Amino acid sequence: MNQKKTIPTLIVLGSGGHTTEMFRLLSGTDMNVYKPRYYTIASTDKMSATKMNEFEQNTLKDMNVSFINRSRHVGQSYFSSIFTTLLAFFTVIPLVYRIKPKLILVNGPGTCIPIVIASLLLSIFFLIDRPKIVFVESICRVESLSLTGKILQYLPVHILVQWPQLSKLYPKTQYIGRLV
Amino acid sequence: MGKRAFVTVGTTQFDLLIETIVHDPNVLQTLVDCLQIDKLILQIGNSQKPLIDNISIPIEYYQYKDSIENDIQQADIVISHAGAGTILQALEAHKPLLVVVNEKLMNNHQLEIANEMEQHGYLFHCTCSKLATTLKQFVNHTFKQYEKGDPLLFGQYLNQIMS
Repeated sequence: MNQKKTIPTLIVLGSGGHTTEMFRLLSGTDMNVYKPRYYTIASTDKMSATKMNEFEQNTLKDMNVSFINRSRHVGQSYFSSIFTTLLAFFTVIPLVYRIKPKLILVNGPGTCIPIVIASLLLSIFFLIDRPKIVFVESICRVESLSLTGKILQYLPVHILVQWPQLSKLYPKTQYIGRLV
Repeated sequence: MGKRAFVTVGTTQFDLLIETIVHDPNVLQTLVDCLQIDKLILQIGNSQKPLIDNISIPIEYYQYKDSIENDIQQADIVISHAGAGTILQALEAHKPLLVVVNEKLMNNHQLEIANEMEQHGYLFHCTCSKLATTLKQFVNHTFKQYEKGDPLLFGQYLNQIMS
């Protein structure tokens, strides 16, 4: 029998609404192709862990999870967040190297930028194959991109937005319909 | 059968909304006389607890629940803060929705989604000072039905870029 090719996928769970949106997005994907699924969750984020367990309850053999420190807490100053972001960056390099994802799914905020940069750097040095990276902007963003989205525009990342007017404002983004 | 209004502020502190609902006579009167509401359920989050003695209709309030889905389902009108999650939840339940913007929170992109959804005819939004007048617009008003987004489009997109 011809087995479909599987695609190791790294999924970065943000928090709160981001996590809710991510699982809605995942519900539209082929779970038998996009596996194993490697999740990363901020170590303080219980809600995301609960949602992940609900979503994966019948497919535990196809998934894996890592808890990492958050790069920026709500209310933390931008200055001190530079240091925590750097710290997060060095902890995710070995993680991405070990996983060698073919696809990375991110929808912000916090931990996703260090992971995107780590994977791009690793691929520049031929330590992993360059993964496809997809960022989906939250449905809350109607008139402008989030800070994460704005930064990712300058990197080789596919950016999907959920309102058509945004893709006109930001030519590197794409609108393929409302997704969540 | 009586009708219910459900008021929800998520995890925010929105004293003025709770206060206006409970103590602005115009708001209560509009709810009762124009919209035939005879019960109020308030999810108050971090807001001040309201004084609900001497109020003409039954009021229940609580701080948080694991899920407000039931309260949304049982409501005939939802009055919500401008949180995107709550807005989507109420629209997906196809409930008449009034989004009340908290002017104390300068979180503008929350306003963006309320604005956009209003332009599409899915909801009304206002500030606390316009609560009673905006509620009057709900009489005999039919909103456009909100259709949920389609995650399958995302799945197709992934298949396309990965092939």
